[in-house]
Amino acid sequence: MSDIIRVQDVSYEYERADEQGELAVRGVSMRVKKGEWLSILGRNGSGKSTLIKLLNGLFLPTHGSVTVGNFDTRDENHIWDVRQTVGMIFQNPDNQIVATIVEEDVAFGLENLGVSPKEIRQRVDAALAAVRMSEYAAAAPHMLSGGQKQRVAIAGALAMEPDVLLMDEPTAMLDPGGRREVMETVERLHRERGLTVVLVTHFMEEALRGDRVIVMQDGRAILEGPPRELFAKEAEAICRAGLELPPMAELARRLRAKGLSVPGEPMTVEEMAAAFGALRRERRGKHAG
Amino acid sequence: MPVEVRDLTHTYNEDSPFAAAALRDVSFAIEDGEFLGVIGHTGSGKSTLIQHLNGLIRPTSGTVIVNGLDLSDKSTDLRRVRRRVGLVFQYPEYQLFEETVQKDIAFGPRNLGLDGDEVQRRVEEACALVELPFAAVRDKSPFELSGGQKRRVAIAGVLAMEPEVLILDEPTAGLDPAGRDAILALIRRWHEGGRTIVMVSHSMEDVARLADRILVLDHGKKAMEGTPREVFADAGRLQEMGLDVPAATRLARELSDRGFDVPRDLYTLEELEEALLRAFGEGGSAC
Ligand SMILES: Nc1ncnc2c1ncn2[C@@H]1O[C@H](COP(=O)(O)OP(=O)(O)O)[C@@H](O)[C@H]1O
Ligand SMILES: Nc1ncnc2c1ncn2[C@@H]1O[C@H](COP(=O)(O)OP(=O)(O)O)[C@@H](O)[C@H]1O
Ligand SMILES: [Mg+2]
Ligand SMILES: [Mg+2]
Repeated sequence: MSDIIRVQDVSYEYERADEQGELAVRGVSMRVKKGEWLSILGRNGSGKSTLIKLLNGLFLPTHGSVTVGNFDTRDENHIWDVRQTVGMIFQNPDNQIVATIVEEDVAFGLENLGVSPKEIRQRVDAALAAVRMSEYAAAAPHMLSGGQKQRVAIAGALAMEPDVLLMDEPTAMLDPGGRREVMETVERLHRERGLTVVLVTHFMEEALRGDRVIVMQDGRAILEGPPRELFAKEAEAICRAGLELPPMAELARRLRAKGLSVPGEPMTVEEMAAAFGALRRERRGKHAG
Repeated sequence: MPVEVRDLTHTYNEDSPFAAAALRDVSFAIEDGEFLGVIGHTGSGKSTLIQHLNGLIRPTSGTVIVNGLDLSDKSTDLRRVRRRVGLVFQYPEYQLFEETVQKDIAFGPRNLGLDGDEVQRRVEEACALVELPFAAVRDKSPFELSGGQKRRVAIAGVLAMEPEVLILDEPTAGLDPAGRDAILALIRRWHEGGRTIVMVSHSMEDVARLADRILVLDHGKKAMEGTPREVFADAGRLQEMGLDVPAATRLARELSDRGFDVPRDLYTLEELEEALLRAFGEGGSAC
């Protein structure tokens, strides 16, 4: 897989009037590969939001460089290419919707780009269909649920036809149903269209769905790897970073600590149920033999 | 301080042609020392409901009675209620405003007209309750603290009023797992002191772990009310309402469906761990 975003030795310092600011991101080097799903984990204040705002040129690095496709984010001539390639979704569904009708909200970014009305129509319809919100095209956003609002925000980003979607805790303010809706939508777009996903989250189950995880601590990227591998092998480091294991991985760990050898590395409810099925067969086999 | 809510209806902007009721005919009661969890989809009316409990919002119709005082009665002195019913808003850290942590936590008790020593005692005690190192943070600006710490300062400000009923609106939303556990632990300690708690949450896990009873709102109406066992019995109905059962419950039911000797009414990882060790540990029969 080729890299779509390259982050080289990047640090970021917020300007502060009173004193010298601390670095919110310190010497981070990382890549986002085309078509992957990368999750970024880390306790509050570890630098996740700062990092992802560096990925689409919303922030420019104090040191180091960020390249999106062929463009350095500091290159003013190509900042719109960068923003068009990398879309972004924030935590609060109510702060991202600007228009009073759903389809106008989805069209908002395109209108500012000077896309023709005919193409706007096509792109808006396609984006709403992609998040399964076509029937709400004419609805007022404030009538929608939190999960539906986030899907409209995702449609707005998709209408720009980005290669990468950055999402900063997009499910933090949603009810369980909204969380399910948004994660299913993201998963489908990733799987069916090869959308590259960068997801910041505090929900370990969400990270489990992705290809790769980066754990941030004090502005540094301290762990990196496939989620299952990290949750299986780096449980202690993950807990020290203020995080936890997905519930089923945690249960398996506790049961093993008490001497019950759960087979495999189950991390979801389905996998855990299957693991106990295997354990039962194994024991019955022993009794029979 | 018992709370009784009867036929509570609330409509925002009643005179507007678009007015729709945010709460409709909701009735329930909270007993002294009880821990009530409130769940419901976004927009179901949870925040509207709890703001009635300390008189921040007045009912459009129906009554809210706190410790015998009728909050729907315009002549009731709401200050008498507010000092005894503490409300921690959603994302309360956005409402921190004083220049130091000490002043922020002292704001409430000072407004109660307490003398300086008593205010100081309460500030220090509240800091201890939320596990903030008082000496280290007292003179800091709240804005220099981490997200989880800011939230603890905001909660400490309410605890320093020593409310008999503590209401929290999604107190763990947006926190990392360690920050969330710290907040849940402090809520539990406060409750263990015998005080009444009302907690709104989108985390079925958190509600299952802490609540004695759960109130479920759906489109402004009370859809269910009961113990975690009663409410989490019907996973399908909860899912239709945008909710769920805890992951532990889903596993317990999946195993039970597959013929394992595991109860279906388990709600926390701890309970599940015990049940699985019983079924599968040394000497366990496996099925
Ligand atoms: N606008 C800002 N001004 C000054 N400091 C900030 C600002 N935003 C974040 N910070 C600081 O930068 C660090 C990283 O914050 P952030 O990237 O928001 O972390 P996270 O998203 O992981 O919670 C924190 O110490 C935070 O206090
Ligand atoms: N200040 C307000 N003005 C008008 N409508 C409001 C206001 N606050 C909430 N609402 C509406 O009332 C309903 C219930 O909202 P809320 O109590 O905030 O629900 P929840 O806390 O369960 O998400 C929603 O439809 C919401 O849009
Ligand atoms: Mg953040
Ligand atoms: Mg609310």
